[in-house]
Amino acid sequence: MERRTEDNPGRPLANGKTVSCRFSVSGVVLVMIGLPILAGLAGTVGPAFGLLPALGGNHLTLDHFAELATQPHLLRSVLISFATAIITTGLSLAVVMLFTAGYAGTRMFSRIQHLVSPLLAIPHAAAAFGLVFLVAPSGLAMRLVSPGLTGYDSPPDWLVPQDPLGLTMMAGLIVKEMPFLFLVTLAALPQVPLLQARHLSASLGYGRTRGFLISVWPLLYRQIRLPVFAVVAYASSVVDVAMILGPALPAPLAVRITGWMADSDLRMRFLASAGALLQLGLTTAAMVTWLALEQVGSVLLRRMSGSGVRKADDRLLRRSACAVMALSAALVFLGLATLLVWSVAGLWPFPALLPDSFTLQPWLRALPQAGVAITMTISLASSSAAIALLLAIGLLWQGGHRSGQAMGSVLYLPLIVPQLCFVFGLQILSVTLGFAASFPLLLFVHLIFVLPYVVLSLSQPWQALDRRYETLAAGLGKSPLQILLQIRLPMLTRACLTAFAVGFAVSAGLYLPTLLIGAGRIVTITTEAVALSSGGDRRAIGVYALLQTLVPFGGFLIASLVPHLLFRDRRAMRI
Amino acid sequence: MTPDTTHGLHLDAICIALDGRTLLSLSTHVQPGEILTVMGPSGAGKSALLAYIGGFLDGAFTGCGRILIDGDDLTGIAAEKRRCGMLFQDPLLFPHLSVGGNLLFGLTPSIARRDQRRRMVEQALIDVELEGFFDRDPATLSGGQKARVALQRVMLSAPRLLLLDEPFSKLDSDLRQQTRRLIFARAKSAGLPVVLVTHDQADADAAGGPVIVIGEDSRR
Repeated sequence: MERRTEDNPGRPLANGKTVSCRFSVSGVVLVMIGLPILAGLAGTVGPAFGLLPALGGNHLTLDHFAELATQPHLLRSVLISFATAIITTGLSLAVVMLFTAGYAGTRMFSRIQHLVSPLLAIPHAAAAFGLVFLVAPSGLAMRLVSPGLTGYDSPPDWLVPQDPLGLTMMAGLIVKEMPFLFLVTLAALPQVPLLQARHLSASLGYGRTRGFLISVWPLLYRQIRLPVFAVVAYASSVVDVAMILGPALPAPLAVRITGWMADSDLRMRFLASAGALLQLGLTTAAMVTWLALEQVGSVLLRRMSGSGVRKADDRLLRRSACAVMALSAALVFLGLATLLVWSVAGLWPFPALLPDSFTLQPWLRALPQAGVAITMTISLASSSAAIALLLAIGLLWQGGHRSGQAMGSVLYLPLIVPQLCFVFGLQILSVTLGFAASFPLLLFVHLIFVLPYVVLSLSQPWQALDRRYETLAAGLGKSPLQILLQIRLPMLTRACLTAFAVGFAVSAGLYLPTLLIGAGRIVTITTEAVALSSGGDRRAIGVYALLQTLVPFGGFLIASLVPHLLFRDRRAMRI
Repeated sequence: MTPDTTHGLHLDAICIALDGRTLLSLSTHVQPGEILTVMGPSGAGKSALLAYIGGFLDGAFTGCGRILIDGDDLTGIAAEKRRCGMLFQDPLLFPHLSVGGNLLFGLTPSIARRDQRRRMVEQALIDVELEGFFDRDPATLSGGQKARVALQRVMLSAPRLLLLDEPFSKLDSDLRQQTRRLIFARAKSAGLPVVLVTHDQADADAAGGPVIVIGEDSRR
């Protein structure tokens, strides 16, 4: 805390010039993120109450909400989305919490960490497709046990995925949200006195899990609270995963709204706007519920510590949490492997475990068409990640990220306000203002979502760099800018590249914003892949879902290889 | 003379090594209420000795030898089942719990009724002149008050022995004497064998028990 005032070589000495400059970068970021969200929300609220002059909406009315209320099974859609938000977040967090409690600081922990980290780079849609190919009635799991155990010679007539309760959808979200929550927990761990607390609670006789939950978890949870709320918001309003794994009749609310938004009948926009407001209310309700659950959890935890019960033997609990973590990672990887097999499968009749023949036909058929989408994905992702990286460096250098709670909250805003609710408004606004779907516009919208992740990824290594290097350089007469360019950035090459790769992956995996702002004229691998989900061409889905995974993976590969090449002769820089 | 292993702490042929280099080896016996002082320069393995007794020796070290308390063999038992109370350099009060919450965390689960638990904690606070501190935020306490809360937390857990890892080194000299006197008195009246690791000769003198100097190959 004290270091905030003086010994902070991370930002230049405060003379007039840099101060005015400091306002600019954090100002730019605030405006860049805050303004579109506010404008987008306004662009959603207006039409919801009947105001959209371009389509003849000139007076206030509640008709569109009335129309919304008459949509069949609306309540069911709402309830499924709400339950998905709470259950997905609750289960993911519980497993991550118990696993961290049982294993933080052990070798098993770093082993699972290596297994789970790559999962973050896999787009949601690709992971969801992988899951479909595993658990569908004709999926790999069923083939493994058929006809031997089940007696089925043809796939059973089960509604999986797209089961009416949304269980497959929740599973698909959980396997992707667990790695996210795990990695943010990992980032927060160094800031809590883990080892001391472990020794202390063990010396008082507490089991690993219980001791950790009482002594460390409350401190840790405080640090990961915003990401947890981001998961609540995401799970309550997700579109791509819900389209692939979620129930169909009725679909979760966000999927139905997306359908109305994309409807060729432009008057449906009013209904869609009213729906987007309902979505906003739904997400808010889920967050309020989560706040209440937090209270319940904290009371339970206080009960637990007050009771003094030690639960010294918690091996079963620990190992179950570890098993769930490993299993979910294995599911995703196995799903990807199944996608790969399907993408090169010739004839593959049902109970056979492997295809009768292999062929490159699906790839040869898909690649010529996919070329445009791949180029667009890469150019969008690399430009948005590069701009975001520059902005993030500027922000961190000037210490703008520390300018209080405001900056942190604004950075998280795009992760906490459901995309649906403001991107649609942005689209309406841009159409009203006469902007056609264009690359710069889409790039700008991508930047809103990419920037927070890039800043979050870069800020920890940025602050961990030993400040004495800079003090030393300043003593040698270097200017703050020279220190940044010659000392700090070269030393943080790896962290910068990783942040770039994270931004790249986020942009490459964005579905809804690309769909709405691209308006069908700009397509990426992700929009193409999700569009295939309604058809049944498993080979094409395999190809696209793999491409969707490979593109961001390329970013991470470059991020890990470049430092090796750049610093061939520098052992300390290679890690 | 064969040592009496049915009472007190018996350290039987303990040795601690780092990278194959033996840091210390010792055999000794600490009577209930007696304080064994272990002195030596930094890096001599003093803290490793405590960690070995407590059951959380870092994987980089290797330890051998048996630890017996009142005739029970603790060697190989998980740290959380040994009931070795530890006091560290820092009081390590949990910042998110109240003073009373910290003590409830320590209080042995054999007392199950909530009102009784609360009463015992209130009494423990009175015993160290901290009456009415139950709901206080630990962050608002003075250094000496924190040390006393940390002591009571470990005493309430009904430990079988106490391990003190330079618990006075961060206190100024007045406070140091007071705290030292209090901790020693409490350990003696509870009849606990104590192992104290310290740099400070005054600590050893105040402890009044046997002293082992390690890392210099000399023993008194």
